[in-house]
Amino acid sequence: MTAFGKLIRTTAFRLTLVYLFLFALFSASLLGYFAWNTRRLITEQITTTVNAETGEISDIFSRRGLRVLVHTIENRALRPGANLYLVTTPAGQAIAGNVGSLAPGVMATSGWSETAYRRLDDQDAADHFALVKVTELSSGFRLLIGRDLEERRRLFGIVAKAAQWSVLIVVVLGLCGGIFVARRVLRRIDAMTGTTQRIMAGDLSGRLPVGRSGDELDRLAENLNAMLERIEALMTGLKEVSDNIAHDLKTPLTRLRNRAEEALAKAGTEAEYRSALERTIEESDGLIRTFNALLMIARAESGQARGNMDDFDAADVAEGIHELYEPLAEDGDLTLRVKTEPTPLHGNRELISQALANLVENAIKYGKPAPAALQLGAGGLESARKDILIEARREGDRVLLSVIDHGPGIPAADRKHAVERFVRLEASRTQPGSGLGLSLASAVATLHGGDLRLDDAHPGLIATLAIPARSGASDGLAVQTHDVSQKAA
Amino acid sequence: MTATATVIEIPMRLLIIEDDRESADYLVKAFREVGYVADLAGDGEEGLALAESGDYDVLVVDRMLPKRDGLSLIGALREKGNRTPVLILSALGQVDDRIKGLRAGGDDYLPKPYSFAELLARIEVLSRRHGGPAEETTYRVGDLELDRLSHRVTRGKEELTLQPREFRLLEYLMKHAGQVVTRTMLLENVWDYHFDPQTNVIDVHISRLRSKIDKGFERPLLHTIRGAGYMIRDGIR
Repeated sequence: MTAFGKLIRTTAFRLTLVYLFLFALFSASLLGYFAWNTRRLITEQITTTVNAETGEISDIFSRRGLRVLVHTIENRALRPGANLYLVTTPAGQAIAGNVGSLAPGVMATSGWSETAYRRLDDQDAADHFALVKVTELSSGFRLLIGRDLEERRRLFGIVAKAAQWSVLIVVVLGLCGGIFVARRVLRRIDAMTGTTQRIMAGDLSGRLPVGRSGDELDRLAENLNAMLERIEALMTGLKEVSDNIAHDLKTPLTRLRNRAEEALAKAGTEAEYRSALERTIEESDGLIRTFNALLMIARAESGQARGNMDDFDAADVAEGIHELYEPLAEDGDLTLRVKTEPTPLHGNRELISQALANLVENAIKYGKPAPAALQLGAGGLESARKDILIEARREGDRVLLSVIDHGPGIPAADRKHAVERFVRLEASRTQPGSGLGLSLASAVATLHGGDLRLDDAHPGLIATLAIPARSGASDGLAVQTHDVSQKAA
Repeated sequence: MTATATVIEIPMRLLIIEDDRESADYLVKAFREVGYVADLAGDGEEGLALAESGDYDVLVVDRMLPKRDGLSLIGALREKGNRTPVLILSALGQVDDRIKGLRAGGDDYLPKPYSFAELLARIEVLSRRHGGPAEETTYRVGDLELDRLSHRVTRGKEELTLQPREFRLLEYLMKHAGQVVTRTMLLENVWDYHFDPQTNVIDVHISRLRSKIDKGFERPLLHTIRGAGYMIRDGIR
């Protein structure tokens, strides 16, 4: 497409054309109205003067006779800029006046008419037009009084010219303005298109240019940029995930394969085969768990789990999880406690339970106080340090579900990193687990419009799911409530 | 499964509706080995026809099937008043998939990949529920007795004090006495959670319960079934 072709196809240009047409129409009709009104006014003026003069002259004729009439007419006809006068005898012969010739038949009919005429003293051959009134005087004499219409015609000409010019100016200015606006818009759109094409070609870091005017295009560009930001983050996440899947799934798969191979090559007794197979099953169960967790995160992140939201009390979730994990914590020489207040929440109960369970499992796994810290502490402090606290409370319009342990914690620099998928901080590489616990918790919080916060418990870790009390889809609320009652039953 | 060996049993009849030939053959073979009769249907239409004509104890239905998908098959069956218990097997294993499956009329939902032990345990429980005796108010296993109304648990002459959740755990185990109950079944039915804990949290609860009901008694009742789960039964009888 040529540059000009592109230009005239822009919305701005097309809009300009529409407005141009409308303005031209408007100015033409305005002038038309003006012209018509002026014409009416002039005609009215002529009629009034002619009527008055006709009355006056008829009066002179009836009171003072033909001679005075002829004299008066001759007098008036000689004045500069005089009206038209003609008096004829009953036989139709002109006896006084300044009219040389008339269109035929004008004198025969009484009343108003427009006619071509020529003055007696006119040198040029051109016809003029006049508005005339013919009156029959007594005894068959006829009187014509009229006024030249040149003035009216000239005025009309001026208006017509003005109309032509104004339409021309409107069109020219409008076209220039249209092209200017269209080019401006086109330039910006072209810049955007260029960027999008670069982005489509694979450079996800590209951003649309945003001007300073804050107009609709800037707002659009800002929104598109925000969208790109999100897409880039998702893509980066996806890439990291695939890299990590490659690593974290391939490692156990390799182990699995090696063991099977080894058993096939070396095992002699049934017991050896059995134990090899048992370990194979164990390993594949671990793989399945990792896989499930990944799917769950993907689903939470994509917002697909928004369907199953209902109303419940987060305190119940905290107490349920406490009840489930309390014996496990005790086995690990830790005390799991719970502290709650009523915290009504709208969300996916199952996912929030799982997220909290992950945090508690992490706390039980990694939250054991370092032996050195234990020795330093006095008796009372020592027992406090073995505490893991699950807490459900409200803070403003948010519900906070926290798990507080007194283990080594996570150094501030590592906290952001810890939430990422498959990250097991160096210190915990030896512990079993998929490394997905925190990322799942974080994905669940995001799904509910909240976030996962990691803070320092001096020493230890505070992991908090901060979720807006009325999060996510408020639709489906009515549909979902019967689930709650079923569960309660 | 040796617990009921002395009783002459009519073999359990299963219908497996699964389009993947290899896994279907594996299931049929494995079920035959434990003494079940298993028929096989390769697509949704055939499965529906067989399920309507045959008298099966449990249907094992894959969700994604050619010709007619699993959920619509179950819907059609239920519409015609067929109440045969259905266990849905599916690669779609998330919580909302599960809810969808159960709403469509399934009785249990097992995500793929699954262990055969888990599948077997769930089928046992399903079939027992189907046409089994009405829920009793008292469960007895050996000299262990659980009264569901007064929430009292006694073993021999001794009264045992259980916490509410331990009571529910024992209640579930005793309701399915003689059957293998897996860890996920316990998590689902006693705690109403459908996720997969990364830790041995259920084992810890079981060992607590065990210390209350078996400790100090000559004959243990609560058994660990390797690679599958747990079972409560009177070992001698």
